[in-house]
Amino acid sequence: MTATATEPPKPRRMGQRILGSGLLDLLAGPPGVDGYLEQIRPAWGVQDRRAEVIAADRRTPDAVTLALRANLAWEGFESGQFVQVAVEIDGSRRTRSYSLASAAGPGRTLELTVKAHPEGLVSNFLVENARPGMVLGLGPAEGDFRIPLERPERLLLISAGSGITPVMSMLRTLCAEDHNGSITFLHYAPDPGRAIYRDELEQIAAVHPNVRLVRSYTRAPGAGEADGHFSRSQLAEIDPGYAAAETFACGPPALLDALREAWGAEDLELRLHLESFVSSTLAPASGVPEGSIHFANSGVRIENSGAVLLEQAESAGLSPASGCRMGICHTCCCRKTAGTVRNLSTGQLSSNDAEEIQICISAPVGDVVVDL
Amino acid sequence: MSNTATATTAIPEPSAATCGAVDKSGEIRLSPEQLDALGAELDAIRQRVIDDRGEADVNYIRRVIKAQRGLEVAGRGLLFVGFLPPAWLAGTTALSISKILDNMEIGHNVMHGQFDWTNDPKLSSKGFEWDTACPADQWRHSHNYLHHTHTNIVGKDRDIGYGVLRMSEDQDWRPYYLGNPLYAALLATFFQYGVALHDVETERIAAGETTLKEKRDVLNGIWHKVRRQTLKDYVLFPALSGPGFLFTLAGNATANLTRNLWAFTIIFCGHFPDGTQEFSEEETADETRGEWYFRQVLGSANLEGGKLFHILAGNLSHQIEHHLFPDLPANRYAAISIEVREICERYGIPYNSGPLAKQFGSVVRKICRLALPDRGSRKLGRLAAAH
Repeated sequence: MTATATEPPKPRRMGQRILGSGLLDLLAGPPGVDGYLEQIRPAWGVQDRRAEVIAADRRTPDAVTLALRANLAWEGFESGQFVQVAVEIDGSRRTRSYSLASAAGPGRTLELTVKAHPEGLVSNFLVENARPGMVLGLGPAEGDFRIPLERPERLLLISAGSGITPVMSMLRTLCAEDHNGSITFLHYAPDPGRAIYRDELEQIAAVHPNVRLVRSYTRAPGAGEADGHFSRSQLAEIDPGYAAAETFACGPPALLDALREAWGAEDLELRLHLESFVSSTLAPASGVPEGSIHFANSGVRIENSGAVLLEQAESAGLSPASGCRMGICHTCCCRKTAGTVRNLSTGQLSSNDAEEIQICISAPVGDVVVDL
Repeated sequence: MSNTATATTAIPEPSAATCGAVDKSGEIRLSPEQLDALGAELDAIRQRVIDDRGEADVNYIRRVIKAQRGLEVAGRGLLFVGFLPPAWLAGTTALSISKILDNMEIGHNVMHGQFDWTNDPKLSSKGFEWDTACPADQWRHSHNYLHHTHTNIVGKDRDIGYGVLRMSEDQDWRPYYLGNPLYAALLATFFQYGVALHDVETERIAAGETTLKEKRDVLNGIWHKVRRQTLKDYVLFPALSGPGFLFTLAGNATANLTRNLWAFTIIFCGHFPDGTQEFSEEETADETRGEWYFRQVLGSANLEGGKLFHILAGNLSHQIEHHLFPDLPANRYAAISIEVREICERYGIPYNSGPLAKQFGSVVRKICRLALPDRGSRKLGRLAAAH
């Protein structure tokens, strides 16, 4: 018997409706109601999504699990989805995507786990500095990687490393719904000491007889229920009936490629759902222009000529707003959502973040995506 | 030479190598090499500040915002009991300062992109809207782009006179200008609407260069903004005050008027005191970086005062530094001004600075003087004497 999905979110309460009303918005003037709410408590807001860290758990050496309390602007999420999280580092706001690990539901308590990447600015900052009281910006819940509302009878959840977060959300959600169908949870980690959510998983498996936990510690053979990296023979041993299951997997590109091949070989692609955590690429070292520019709002793609984005956009037939064309008036400011640019005024290379840039003085270095 | 950053720091004598020459008409001239060197020195200051920007700057603007929001709430709250004279006075004062801070230290600076580097949507120049009749997007166009690029170029910088006043000898005299002082008084009183109408370019419509029809989108934008502001200050808050509605109405009107007069005063001191220069389109064609910086200094004037004065003036009291570096955080201008002053001394460039009363006095005299037709040479008295 399949459990039904949780109820849709309740209609907004009276307080939220008053705070979000047009009258109050008019009285508050240009800053809006949120402009005043945030002065009372930084996380407060009815339009701007924000969350306050209520706990920061560091159970493994290179990761931190954050419990967040989202404000009234939060509209909920479905298990497996991710959010853009914004954190301020030395005055500048950086945005990264993280999958929500908590069970999906109407509440405003969220959980995510951040693993420090060797050169990651934000991940290292959070792992070192996240404390209760810190306020983070949130985007809306995004992503198509989620279990359907009509819950599948049989599930196979596969993850490696920090890819455990979205499937953890799926597992918790299904358990909270008292899902009866069988769930096999296959997780790859280097060793037990670095396995995120190890204790929670063991508790869940102990309480829910329909959940089967299979861990493979790739650098500690024998420590888990399976050994080594993913292979088709390993899969056949762990879950012989996998072809009948809806499979959700999240992890590094190598794992996902192997899964695609295995499922593809049996014509089972439709049953395999993948989420990729791809780390950002660094800018190419050479001075020769390379890469392409994607003007996201117009759907136009061109080869990078090395000229400033304003000129390249104009050559491509777009007419972005511009003013002084020398980096002073900020009329041409727009959002770069991916890639690196060089500021010709200072000679400096930008970061890879989603950020505002002045296109009259920014030349792309490699692939770039701009909101134009 | 001492390195302490005080007003009594010894300033080096201008040296023959860097100092500009004063020509026959009394104007300062720098050679191309001098201008390049000037450009490099100022670029270095700019880069240094950009590299140093961080938490302290964003904390500063957030403290100002916090103060402004507090004053707004206090002002509105006190005016609800505005039938008590002390409450009316305190409330109107608080609201006046709130509007002044919102328009000047916060609004003007944020919209210049001074905090775009924070990637905080609340501090984004593109998204910001301010508590005044002028729609923010129109102001960004007429100010950030037009005024700052073409600063003090007659015929291109429409801030010279705002289309209604004669503020330069280079504007040909007409009998209409006999009313200069009256127009200035009216502009000051209704300044927020004067600024709002800036992009309508009424003087160009009057001259037949454009039509009202072409300005339909601009007028639409102004109408929507003015409507919201009017509803807020002159309909809704008074209505919510019940029997005390007249006190609220009067308080809000007085706060708007106070903001208008203060903003007009500070802004007009920026480019019109004695000694500031205007330029022609010919002499500014194909400007180099050094020449652009040079024109910004000669076209601007500073006001002297304490820290609180500078905050209330939106740091427009550091007009020279603002025109050299419009998109650097304004809280940095005071420190930068010490270096800029030193550089100007070395190059022999006049640095126009004075107390509010003196600078505004010279603006008022200029408005009255230009109401009458010119007598004698135009170029006389245009050069600033070093103070």
